[in-house]
Amino acid sequence: MSSKNRPGPLEYARRWPMLLWVAGVLVFLYLPLANLILFSFNDSRRTIRWEGFTLDWYAKMLDDAPLLDAFVNSLTIAAISTVFSVVLGAMAAIALWRFRFPGKGLFDGAITLPIVVPEICMGVAMLVFFGTVMPWPRDLVWPLDLGAIIIAHITFSFPFVTVVVRARLASFNREMEEAARDLGAGELRALFDVLVPHIAPALIAGGLLAFTLSLDDFVITFFTAGPNTVTFPVKIYSMVRFSVTPEVNAASTVLMAITVLLTVLGMRMQGSDVTKIQGGH
Amino acid sequence: MADGPLIRFERVTKRFDTFIAVDDVSLDIAEGEFFTLLGPSGCGKTTLLRMLAGLEMPTEGRVWIDGVDMTTAPPNKRPVNMVFQSYAVFPHLNVADNVAYGLRIDRVPKPERDARVAEALRLVKLEEFAHRKPDQLSGGQRQRVALARALVKRPRVLLLDEPLSALDAKLREAMRSELAAIQDQVGVTFVMVTHDQDEALAMASRCALMNRGTLQQVAPPGDLYEYPANRFVADFIGTINMVEGSLSLDEPDQAAVISPALDVPVWVDHGVTGARAAPVWVGIRPEKITMIPQVADRPAGPAAMPHANVTQGVIVRSAYLGGQTLYEVEIATGTVLKVSQANGARDASPGLPAGAAVWLSWPPGAPVVLVG
Repeated sequence: MSSKNRPGPLEYARRWPMLLWVAGVLVFLYLPLANLILFSFNDSRRTIRWEGFTLDWYAKMLDDAPLLDAFVNSLTIAAISTVFSVVLGAMAAIALWRFRFPGKGLFDGAITLPIVVPEICMGVAMLVFFGTVMPWPRDLVWPLDLGAIIIAHITFSFPFVTVVVRARLASFNREMEEAARDLGAGELRALFDVLVPHIAPALIAGGLLAFTLSLDDFVITFFTAGPNTVTFPVKIYSMVRFSVTPEVNAASTVLMAITVLLTVLGMRMQGSDVTKIQGGH
Repeated sequence: MADGPLIRFERVTKRFDTFIAVDDVSLDIAEGEFFTLLGPSGCGKTTLLRMLAGLEMPTEGRVWIDGVDMTTAPPNKRPVNMVFQSYAVFPHLNVADNVAYGLRIDRVPKPERDARVAEALRLVKLEEFAHRKPDQLSGGQRQRVALARALVKRPRVLLLDEPLSALDAKLREAMRSELAAIQDQVGVTFVMVTHDQDEALAMASRCALMNRGTLQQVAPPGDLYEYPANRFVADFIGTINMVEGSLSLDEPDQAAVISPALDVPVWVDHGVTGARAAPVWVGIRPEKITMIPQVADRPAGPAAMPHANVTQGVIVRSAYLGGQTLYEVEIATGTVLKVSQANGARDASPGLPAGAAVWLSWPPGAPVVLVG
């Protein structure tokens, strides 16, 4: 057979136009990121020429108290808003999947609104709301001073959880729940014993999504943050306004590393859960 | 304990929006029965079962279990357990934990729980699979888990929703006798839903045939087959040659039906209760017709009406089924009658060829005359 020389119909990896295309995508997607990471280790204030390896910028970042504060704020906001997003998102998904109620169609449409509404509009809406309609009290103790940002983050991230959980619910066999009820479980117990294990992978995936969305969010946070509450992305932005220093590179690299790490972790957990849970069908 | 039936449906109706799934059904099931609900899909049999389990609430009427009004009791407050059509084995729990689930909810202490789980697994022959996950089991094994999980709760009634429909033919047959054996062992009342008449006839001590939400007949399987209450029952259970006609004779000890579809009257040795002018239907099962080649003499008809119950025809088609052969015989009126013959001798198989002229005859007890 001549399969050694000529690519088969599905062997796209052995055709040069396809390889060129892939190479192009990789270059434009990942070269800027690689560049960012590389120059966070550069032994020079300027981010154009490579002068040698150093960890100075990371050390400097760790000494930068305002930056660290912003980082802790971001993690706190992300953690709290994730918990609320997962609970709210899952509940909304279950309600939409399970029940018929007046206004369901409207609710169904409205719930995905935060996904499609431009972020800048959401930001302005939040600014107006927390500025005039329901001002968030100033000078609260940490982390209550983050309340407005947390609420804003929950608002835009829980629909993502709903979407993910709903997709998972579609494969749920209602007889499972009926079986649990039949075997003596009350309504709530049946929910936790049977439905929650089934949607667990979606809860993890949705939670992860909510966490990373919250961690990176700049636009909405920028509009809702008070003068004394700064998050990591907002802080990086303010640093960039003066000049792009390798410290900014270092901070961005750390943010990226956390996001990637969490994503890998989440996908792993989801992967193992999926095989465990889907097996029964 | 009440002296009455274990289960009583009292004028139960179930409507879904405008669709009437179950229409004014009253039914008693006694303790220890193997009761089957049989009928075509959409006839309401599953809805009736689910009302027994508490998974549906009747729109009207009452459901009594063991003398207690359970009409609106939730499923977890009823002394019944169910084997679901999809088995609904919990995929995240292993076999033993699946079986133990109901006992855990009831807070049965661990030593007793372990003992009962082991006993239930022994009953369904799954002892060696206790620590397997459901995805490592075959369909038949998963069904056994569902069975053990329901029986371990020692319900008053075990409900089975199409339990064998997902199994392959051989396994289905094996499970039939096994289910019957398990019922003998545990003595629990079984109520099973099926659309498969063979299954219903083979397993049931009593069977309810449903159509369009109403009970057509409730009887032991033999009565359902031999003494159908109406045309639907006669037609649904087994194969039958059914023709419409009218009574030409109706006395307490004999009756005759003439039909434009038949060239001879059908004579039976009993009277028919029904208006003489109204149309009647006469049905004859294929195995109750005797067929002989026309090289022989015409068989004798009944003494009271010698020209009845014997006709002649030509075989137009035959289907050889191994143990028996099913023939289609066209008679002078153009009607095609189905006739089956057991292949008793190996050298006689596969039977008569198409085109053969034959005599058809049936004894006076063979035809069933129906007025509805």
